Amino acid sequence: MPMNNPINVSGLLRFITAGSVDDGKSTLIGRMLYDSKNLQVDQLTAVEASSKKRGMKEVDLSLITDGLLAEREQGITIDVAYRYFATPARKFIVGDSPGHLQYTRNMVTAASSADLAIVLIDAESGVKTQTRRHLYLVHWVGVSHVLFAVNKMDKVGFSEDVYQKIERECVELAHSIGYSKIHSMPVSALDGDNITSRGDRLSWHEGPTLLEYLEQAPTVQDLLHLPFRFSVQRVMRLNRQNIQVNSGFDGADLRGYQGLVVSGEVRVGDEVIISPGGHRAQINSILGASRRLVDSALTQESVTLFLDQDYDVSRGALFTDVNNPMLSSNEFNAELCWFDEAPLDLSRTYLMKQMSNATRVRLKAINELVNVETLERTSDHLSMCMNDIGQVSLKTQTALSFDSFKRNRGTGAFILIDEVSNRTVAAGTIE
Amino acid sequence: MSAVIEKIEIYEKNKTTWTHLDALESEAIHILREVAAECNNPALLFSGGKDSAVVLHLALKAFFPETLPLTLLHIDTEHNYQEVLDFRDRVVKRNNLKLVVRSVGESIRQGRVRLRYEGEPRNKYQTITLLDAIREHNFDVCIGGARRDEEKARAKERIFSFRDEFGQWDPKNQRPEIWNIYNTRVADGENIRTFPISNWTELDVWEYIQREEIELPEIYFTHQRDVVIKNNLLVPVTSLTPAKEGDEISRMSVRFRTVGDITCTAPVASTAATIEAILLETAQTQVTERGATRLDDQTSEAAMELRKKEGYF
Ligand SMILES: Nc1nc2c(ncn2[C@@H]2O[C@H](COP(=O)(O)OP(=O)(O)OP(=O)(O)O)[C@@H](O)[C@H]2O)c(=O)[nH]1
Ligand SMILES: [Mg+2]
Repeated sequence: MPMNNPINVSGLLRFITAGSVDDGKSTLIGRMLYDSKNLQVDQLTAVEASSKKRGMKEVDLSLITDGLLAEREQGITIDVAYRYFATPARKFIVGDSPGHLQYTRNMVTAASSADLAIVLIDAESGVKTQTRRHLYLVHWVGVSHVLFAVNKMDKVGFSEDVYQKIERECVELAHSIGYSKIHSMPVSALDGDNITSRGDRLSWHEGPTLLEYLEQAPTVQDLLHLPFRFSVQRVMRLNRQNIQVNSGFDGADLRGYQGLVVSGEVRVGDEVIISPGGHRAQINSILGASRRLVDSALTQESVTLFLDQDYDVSRGALFTDVNNPMLSSNEFNAELCWFDEAPLDLSRTYLMKQMSNATRVRLKAINELVNVETLERTSDHLSMCMNDIGQVSLKTQTALSFDSFKRNRGTGAFILIDEVSNRTVAAGTIE
Repeated sequence: MSAVIEKIEIYEKNKTTWTHLDALESEAIHILREVAAECNNPALLFSGGKDSAVVLHLALKAFFPETLPLTLLHIDTEHNYQEVLDFRDRVVKRNNLKLVVRSVGESIRQGRVRLRYEGEPRNKYQTITLLDAIREHNFDVCIGGARRDEEKARAKERIFSFRDEFGQWDPKNQRPEIWNIYNTRVADGENIRTFPISNWTELDVWEYIQREEIELPEIYFTHQRDVVIKNNLLVPVTSLTPAKEGDEISRMSVRFRTVGDITCTAPVASTAATIEAILLETAQTQVTERGATRLDDQTSEAAMELRKKEGYF
């Protein structure tokens, strides 16, 4: 379940495509939008014209999402394209990801806000290293459901045997990575078999079409049932000079904490722990996005909290449930995915950002690297280069409050920033 | 210290249903607060159009009851409908906001912008005026109302989008943007564009305008206007775009789906006088917002991407 997507009402599904280069991800999304009549006339005309310009006889459906000049020149996806569409059953946001190894971090970007990933496999060539890497990363970044789409069935004569062989391999792979409920289906993105309608050639396959599957796929709302966590983004200090006209506030000095309910729920009168510091305070008032005082605030709500007394609270502070405090330490282990061209340098410090909290961090050691081919973990010759995934030990400058990512995706996740280049060089999940 | 709050201590029960719009709103507020907390001198690009009206509304909510910790910036093409400028000034006055206007016309008069011909559409030249204004005021971030559903290059853009010291966007080398943790760091001279309503569709925007009763310029609703029909688009007849010889002028009921440079923004035929009616039309339309209205995007396959690479919004 996504965090940068508070949109987790059952009506809306956020999903992505993943899988190796050229396995048909963009074509699949194009086909689905086309067949479900989710393309506007002018978009279709433009794609027809672009296909013709490139000397193609038929419309190239991948051009619907491959919108950049460089993508069209090279016939590949470089960065994720977001599309918004709807059927009578629900609304969708799809992120069409690139398969290319070089752009793996862009797939991770898309996956980090998705409820579900469709992992494509070319029926003719089967599971590849990049398929494994994507699957591993999709799980690591927190996507709760995967669907395997065995594509290009037209190239293998719609053979049930070919499909079943690949399906078995996928299920085994997904199990070993940590997925429990796994679904798969055969499709032909190019011809439209089993996308919005079954077609005769896959009549041996039982189960829903791709679109039917997506219309019924569950979304998880696990953060709501976790202990209360609130991340302070900004301290608002009201005085006579800085009050909006007609706000109903008269201008007495007042301090409020603007931020996001990362998990759980809080009510007026609740006692909370403030980290850092460990002080206890009571929630005096909650100002909702509605600009009215409300009795409670739930996960994913942006609100302003007022406490019963003035404490030393600044940006990056956390308010948490008194009965379920967070862990606090300046040393911990995390599973890291490295994004940057420049490899991890153990002699340097990086900037770590967790929710709205930033601190310097040193990476003390690379403990293990994951071999995505075998899923084995190795601990010799360790270095972390672009697209490497592995376990590291970190030491932060100031103590960090966190939950393990497995328990709470909101408080257990971070990014690393190179303070010289300002690039986002890695993302991590705390163990 | 909580005297004020206690005075208005009539708590409402929080809403029991969390809608799609609540989620989009909360995401946008979170993004706006990150900008305000981490950036030194944010500007909110305010054109008087519906998307910027929505972003401004979200900002007023995000910091409520505090005044906006940011400056409004209008890059004025001087090719505007008067209703839009009046609306802009009305909103600024009502909310007591800080507005900076920098005009493409001024850039032309100073020789910073050279038109290829008199009356040329000024949309793309906004880039030069914008980059000059950013430098003049030292804005490190510009908040914009662009949406990913508008256009295929926009569909690729991050919520926090980086521009180098020449204002350029490099779509092949965007920073990863993982979960909702935003990297807002830039070097001196570089700039961020932040798009809090990236994930909103045209329909979401109208539903939100309806729910929040957000005021808009009158030209978003049906009105009578002289137009010339060219390539299926309704080209308005104005002092900047007079009818040419042989043009057949028709007086029609129209509304604008988007407002921009008069010389390249077309209205659509519509009798929608209310938001309810606009919502119905939006749900049924067969043409995208830009496809129905933008004369300048249809010149080449990658018009928007090329403009963005040069520093456009
Ligand atoms: N025969 C056949 N070809 C397909 C099918 N789906 C896609 N293709 C072709 O496979 C090639 C790659 O398709 P894309 O959709 O661009 O692949 P992709 O997975 O998006 O590639 P990247 O985004 O670059 O990783 C194109 O030539 C498609 O026409 C299919 O079902 N059958
Ligand atoms: Mg692709």
